Amino acid sequence: MTQPLVQIRGLKKSFGTLRVLDGVDLDVAKGEAVCVIGPSGSGKTTLLRCINLLEPYDDGSIRVDGVEVGYDDNRKRRSERALAPIRADIGMVFQLFNLFPHLSALENVMLGLTKVRGISKAEAKDRATQWLTRVGLADKLQNLPSQLSGGQQQRVGIARAVAMEPKVLLLDEITSALDPELVGEVLQVVQGLARDGMTMIVVTHEMTFARDVGSRIVFMDEGRVIVEGASREVLANAASNERLKTFLARIEMKH
Amino acid sequence: MIQFLINTLPFLWQGLLVTLAVSGLVVASSLVSGVLFGVGLVYGRWWIAWPIRVYSDILRGTPLIVLIFLIIYGLPLVGIDFGNYASAVIALAAFKTAHVAEIARGAIQSIHFGQTDAGKAIGLTFRQRLQYVIMPQAVRRFLPPWINAVADAVKGSALVSLAGIVDLTLATQQVIGRTYDPLPMYLLAAAMYFAINYSLSMASRRLESRFAYVRE
Repeated sequence: MTQPLVQIRGLKKSFGTLRVLDGVDLDVAKGEAVCVIGPSGSGKTTLLRCINLLEPYDDGSIRVDGVEVGYDDNRKRRSERALAPIRADIGMVFQLFNLFPHLSALENVMLGLTKVRGISKAEAKDRATQWLTRVGLADKLQNLPSQLSGGQQQRVGIARAVAMEPKVLLLDEITSALDPELVGEVLQVVQGLARDGMTMIVVTHEMTFARDVGSRIVFMDEGRVIVEGASREVLANAASNERLKTFLARIEMKH
Repeated sequence: MIQFLINTLPFLWQGLLVTLAVSGLVVASSLVSGVLFGVGLVYGRWWIAWPIRVYSDILRGTPLIVLIFLIIYGLPLVGIDFGNYASAVIALAAFKTAHVAEIARGAIQSIHFGQTDAGKAIGLTFRQRLQYVIMPQAVRRFLPPWINAVADAVKGSALVSLAGIVDLTLATQQVIGRTYDPLPMYLLAAAMYFAINYSLSMASRRLESRFAYVRE
């Protein structure tokens, strides 16, 4: 096997005395869509936030395309300035969208292109327009986030992240804050990206999505990976693991 | 009487100009230093944030007039003498800086942390996040209390008259010293202060509506 695009080894992280990640190992190959599932508090969101250093990690290693994200070769924490270009190559979409409310949909997508990638305004506008068209918002380019529905806002969030052409895309429960009837339009966009071979790590509660789109499922509990494998197999053999079985039963009940 | 009032107008006008000059200097310098201090309070490491915190708490807990006298009459004893005018301006600006720092801190902290996360995630540096993400949003929260602080600075500038600087207040008093008729003169002075501050609050309303593009 060639070197995985994302390689996580022995990742540990505590908030005060609370250990949130307790030795996580995870490999994600290029073009793979890995779904991370687990009860709340299992550390899945923290795992994502560690990968692009929104949270520093205490111990272990995260390599994206061979580069240790949080530390330099001497195991010194990278400065903010050194982190910025690394983060630019790791896209992230947030549960609460986190669009810039003072900027139009178009400007939200253009900001990173012009200021981080150094692309000219005209070209950035072209690219941003392409991506917003792709997520079905060609007629909303000039709208402010407050003038968009939740589903539309989240699609802008996705366009903003993928327009940077990241090596890997992190999706953090991106449909949890949406009304049920808006979930479909967002998942459809993600499905399209997966088909095009975008490498993704998806924290989700959408089991059908995990089964149909994710090539692999990782089940976490109490800061550890408990079960990991091909999506359909994991879900088909769920009965063999007590914790996974309980978790899935609880999710089932909610739907 | 009318003739006398007309004769005093150039003198009062000079005083008004001094008041405006002192206020303008104080507002401009405290805006720059206060915003920098506010950023330091929110984002600075402890060796930046902590001294600012101490500075702000002490300054805001001191009567302004004590501060003015301290700089005018106290500091020369240890060999630092800026002269009355500069000393008074420095005292007012130092005081105002502490207030502006707190206003800036509050405005910045009111922006949801998700905005910082999103800025980091697309690779913006700290400066870029401030410039393109945080400040454009914070400015809206900053403006209303800051305009209040500006009006306070104009009113507070009257204290420089106690240091012998002939501003609007002292000019008025000097006129009264000759006429022994305080009521009309003080009313006139009050009207002038009011005119300044009322135009400020008008301007602020227009500014606020200009920055009202962010709906939450």
